[in-house]
Amino acid sequence: MAAVPQTYGIIAEFETPADIMHAAEKVRDSGFRKWDVFTPYPVHGMDKAMGLKNSRVGWFSFIGGVTGYTCGMLMIWWMNAVDYPIAIGGKPMFSPFGAFPPCYELTILLGSFGSLLGMLFLNRLPRLHHPLLKHRRFALATHDRFFLVIETGDPKYSETETRKLLEATGSTRIEMVEE
Amino acid sequence: MGDATINEPLAPAIASRVGDIVVQAPPRELERVPLVRNQRSPGWISDAIAGVAEGKTPLWWWAAFLPSVVMMTVCFSMILYLMSVGVGVWGPSLPAMWGWAIVNFVWWIGIGHAGTLISAILFLLRQKWRTSINRAAEAMTIFAVMCAGIFPLIHVGRMWFGWWLFPIPNQEGIWPQFRSPLMWDVFAVSTYFTVSLLFWYMGLIPDLAVMRDRSKTKIRKFGYGLFALGWTGSNRHWSNYEKAYLILAGLSTPLVLSVHSIVSMDFSVSQVPGWHTTIFPPYFVAGAVFSGFGMVLSLLIPLRKVLKLEDIITLRHIELMCKVTLATGSIVGYAYAMEFFIAWYSGNPNERFEFINRATGNYAWAYWTMITCNVVVPQFFWFKKIRSNMLVVFFLSILVNVGMWFERFVIVVISLSKEYIPASWGYFRPTWVDILTFLGTFGLFFTFFLLFIRFLPIIAISEVKGVTPQADPHHPLGGAKPGGHH
Repeated sequence: MAAVPQTYGIIAEFETPADIMHAAEKVRDSGFRKWDVFTPYPVHGMDKAMGLKNSRVGWFSFIGGVTGYTCGMLMIWWMNAVDYPIAIGGKPMFSPFGAFPPCYELTILLGSFGSLLGMLFLNRLPRLHHPLLKHRRFALATHDRFFLVIETGDPKYSETETRKLLEATGSTRIEMVEE
Repeated sequence: MGDATINEPLAPAIASRVGDIVVQAPPRELERVPLVRNQRSPGWISDAIAGVAEGKTPLWWWAAFLPSVVMMTVCFSMILYLMSVGVGVWGPSLPAMWGWAIVNFVWWIGIGHAGTLISAILFLLRQKWRTSINRAAEAMTIFAVMCAGIFPLIHVGRMWFGWWLFPIPNQEGIWPQFRSPLMWDVFAVSTYFTVSLLFWYMGLIPDLAVMRDRSKTKIRKFGYGLFALGWTGSNRHWSNYEKAYLILAGLSTPLVLSVHSIVSMDFSVSQVPGWHTTIFPPYFVAGAVFSGFGMVLSLLIPLRKVLKLEDIITLRHIELMCKVTLATGSIVGYAYAMEFFIAWYSGNPNERFEFINRATGNYAWAYWTMITCNVVVPQFFWFKKIRSNMLVVFFLSILVNVGMWFERFVIVVISLSKEYIPASWGYFRPTWVDILTFLGTFGLFFTFFLLFIRFLPIIAISEVKGVTPQADPHHPLGGAKPGGHH
């Protein structure tokens, strides 16, 4: 079956962070949902310009940290006080103070895994295939250009109106991206 | 004042974009040297940093790499020799049962502290100058911790039982003893290595995407692409990424302070005069940061010259690192003085003897080398003339690490060689195996560091772009209209 190339979305290129910020504000105010901005570095203030909420990564780190601390304490208590108690220098079989340093390290260890893996999970990464990565100009997104992409799957997307909106933001180049 | 304009030459790539914008400069007393010189554009930053890992391998790289590999082989041969014959091939014997292995372990792990300090603590303190040096410093941390980790493993004698240190069920049915600070150390060092690696890798993800998008060959595109995990630079991703980075920095800060504190507890929890002191944790951490910055200076001063990155690792960066070295070196000097004072003030005769023995006994040469390198040398960094002379800073930064090696030697060897019972006093001498193993770890360190220079972006590309005025949407160089607001 000859596949007709599907369109993934419309891509607009910008040259300065100020231009893309204004464009993002316009797109946000027009009520689009499936759209994104691609920049070579995190642009300060872009989250607000896009209307993004605070990231939820913190919850993953928190759960990781609590797991690390609890498991550490339980592990040390069980190993040194229950499964194979050894009396040393009249010290208690288990003391939360002596067990604290390893548990402290485990809190940090699992908290860190929580933030890295949480970030990847929230971003749905790793994802090695993406329609944008095949786009001719998109490699510049990691160099010095700024891109705004509105997906065709957005309920408000219209082939003519959306292009007009992006033209009004002063983009230097507007193209369609194939799926 | 007030109406001065930016008049440094512009990179041609952005000159057209900038036009004839007039930027109101701050009053002279508030002016700062920019973090990236010559108003380099984001594209220039990509080209300059990524270019280091592209193109033909330069001759100097091979000239440095081959000897490093030879030295690394020497290191592993010495370990093999130690394994096949036993720890008797090393110097330690009664009374000094801890010798170079522990000295080297503490020294290398101390060096590893600058990376996380730069990437985590300076990040939380909003010290933007960290962006030019954090990547290389983090790589240095990881490789230094690898060198450090070798020693506790091989000094246990039967190193094939090293896994008994971890809470894994073994045929004896006995668990590790968590009341011992040596066990705490296992957790501290392995966590430190893992978290440093995570932090480093996370910082690398956007830059690996830069490398992927610049790749000319299929293999490079696949390799960098695989590890970039499909990063696109999406702002929805950046939002989560920046939060995760902030949290990692927040977690690494107590981590870096705890690691050398726990290392110091290996000593201070024991009863040996000269070890049994409460000043050890903060004093060890300050010393670790001091030596770590010394090493960063020793590595980056030649690198910025050879790789022509002087616009990104500027004189200001070198000067700031000198100031950190000065501050931490002074803390270390204070700790030396305070140790002496407490030895006298405690009224403990063994403690007093130990410290007088350090300064005047048969290891006085080691003690005074330490004092010269760690207390006197950093004081030169008070002077701007010295801080801006790269050759002098390079030389002094090496002395810092010589001094810090001797500090650990003084603590470990002098304390043990004259303990409580005069009948068992002795004089420790290293063997050729001790010496070659230690020198060999430099081979290991530099082999990895040179591979890092050759294959990965040695400066955080996206972070450096983010601290330039061109990156700020509210700055005229970032495209903001004069006087306007969005």
